[in-house]
Amino acid sequence: MDLFEYQARDMFEKHGVPVLAGAVATTPEEAREAAERIGTASGGVTVVKAQVKTGGRGKAGGVKVAKSTDEAEEHARAILGMDIKGHTVHRVMIAQGARIAEEYYFSILLDRANRTYLAMCSKEGGMEIEQLAVERPEALARVAVDPNVGIDDAKVREIVEAAGFAGDTAARIEPVLKTLWTVYREEDATLVEVNPLVRTEDGDIVALDGKVTLDANAGFRHPDHEALEDTAETDPLEAAAKEKDLNYVKLDGSVGIIGNGAGLVMSTLDVVAYAGEEFGGQKPANFLDIGGGASAEVMANGLHIILSDPQVKSVFVNVFGGITACDAVANGIVGALDALGDEEDRALVVRLDGNNVEEGRRILAERNHPRVTIEDTMDGAARRAAELASQN
Amino acid sequence: MAIFLTADSKVIVQGMTGSEGMKHTQRMLRSGTAIVGGVNPRKAGTAVEFEGGVSVPVFGTVAEAMEATGADVSVAFVPAAFTKAAAVEAIDAGIPLLVVITEGVAVKDTAEFYNYAAEKGGTRIIGPNCPGLISPGASNAGIIPADISGGGRIGLVSKSGTLTYQMMYELRDFGFSSAVGIGGDPIIGTTHIDCLEAFENDPETDAIVMIGEIGGDAEERAAAYIKEHVTKPVVGYVAGFTAPEGKTMGHAGAIVSGSSGTAQAKKEALEAAGVKVGRTPSETAHLMREIMESLAG
Repeated sequence: MDLFEYQARDMFEKHGVPVLAGAVATTPEEAREAAERIGTASGGVTVVKAQVKTGGRGKAGGVKVAKSTDEAEEHARAILGMDIKGHTVHRVMIAQGARIAEEYYFSILLDRANRTYLAMCSKEGGMEIEQLAVERPEALARVAVDPNVGIDDAKVREIVEAAGFAGDTAARIEPVLKTLWTVYREEDATLVEVNPLVRTEDGDIVALDGKVTLDANAGFRHPDHEALEDTAETDPLEAAAKEKDLNYVKLDGSVGIIGNGAGLVMSTLDVVAYAGEEFGGQKPANFLDIGGGASAEVMANGLHIILSDPQVKSVFVNVFGGITACDAVANGIVGALDALGDEEDRALVVRLDGNNVEEGRRILAERNHPRVTIEDTMDGAARRAAELASQN
Repeated sequence: MAIFLTADSKVIVQGMTGSEGMKHTQRMLRSGTAIVGGVNPRKAGTAVEFEGGVSVPVFGTVAEAMEATGADVSVAFVPAAFTKAAAVEAIDAGIPLLVVITEGVAVKDTAEFYNYAAEKGGTRIIGPNCPGLISPGASNAGIIPADISGGGRIGLVSKSGTLTYQMMYELRDFGFSSAVGIGGDPIIGTTHIDCLEAFENDPETDAIVMIGEIGGDAEERAAAYIKEHVTKPVVGYVAGFTAPEGKTMGHAGAIVSGSSGTAQAKKEALEAAGVKVGRTPSETAHLMREIMESLAG
């Protein structure tokens, strides 16, 4: 789960990372009030920042300096509702203005290749880090961090030296980096990035922006993380699926997809998209993984979610029963269709293989539902589902 | 001979007495695996009865189980919150192979126990969040159904469980030396490269199927490895061409971020290394079929 900047700011503050005063606002009026409170400490100057989970908001006009409360309100009015790379701005953060002397970069992230963590640090912050890494790789220090040791005194010195800091600045940065490591470790983050990390004209080191990604699998240790989820941004079907513990992602096409296992479902999406090229560009409507060992009830829940998507014109159920029993899947399909009755007229293409396949196929054949087609192969079923979607 | 797991492997199950553990221990026994013990400190000294009068003793710790039975493989079915503790216990006991089936393990926990094992040496970890591995006809450590395919001379390594089953099914007339499900988490104990190396060195494997998916750059690194070190034919498949950016597709590691982790990039890297890549699982199986037929030729 990616956090908004204001959530990252609050999390940093909780752990003692130096940040500037900031408050979130959803209306221009709230922005004005926040600017009144926050601006006094910085001579009336505040920064109005769009809260979106994507980069490049500065270039898009989503970050503006305000010299007065009037200006803060005006900027908030302009920024709220703005579209930045497909993300609508619903909130702005009003941040205290800062006198910046220099901008640096720091991040801690997972290093999948080496199966450790990686700390990255640079004296040249502010710009897009991908760009810096390509254009001036020597300016970006990369230091491996052992997950069982973390960023201790020796490691933080190594990072700071590798980035080329010395003297007073180095001494002031070190404790900030160690605190950011505390955030990474204690919050079960997979990314903590500060860009820019700034030195103010007074010599203080401050995290001026923050990007944090939290590990959803670590939720059991962090009951407070659930509140950070942005439910307003979640697609209503995705929210309904989540309530039923289904792994569902809404996509844009017309062929509803249900399968078991993340890899097989991803593969099913691809096969449907290839087959769909022949039928006017039919595409998958969703990703839905019913998981291992799914019961008839789980299958039925999945089908209900998919059929409540009006974009869906046909459905492809693709199951290879490893632990999942094909008879349970078949019972789920029959049960769900009977519950929906005659109102539901979209076609279902089913391909079953593996565990108890004969019994599964027998159940479907016996019910002989007019809208259900059984296909023997994944490719054949994908083709049929795409064809039916194009006719509906 | 197969890789990592043979007919001589003696397997214990951590979490055997739980419902998942019981179910899959029974399945492993049915497929001929030598299950020599279970581990549960609260039930140490008891035994669990399985079909056909098979009685499996329960030990208090992995170390005790190894001492008493000579076990060299542990399969863990413990809940995600306790997986790190179970893994550390197995690593401390020096088990040569630890297969972690559990899904939903926090990545910090995996990072910590993987690096702990790497530092100590002596334990290979497969998983977490994986179906385990099978050397058909010899042994089965995990949840891969044993009746999909018998033994043969194809090696299979895959991030995905059900795609492993699908591919084994498509190529069941040739059979497999070993099939390894390495899991789709961001950090995993055994990688594509580890399996490619083992298959390359396995005299009973003639050709290799490698199944990847979006996210990370494991397939690109595997491609570089193949170019340098693998002489046996390799056929590849990558799932997730149509996955949108920024959406996690089921596996914690399966996400396209910006230009990195796309299926297209992985396919191109593999093809540049001389790997034939199928567009669909059946096309991939077809490519492997041609190779096996020409080898038999």
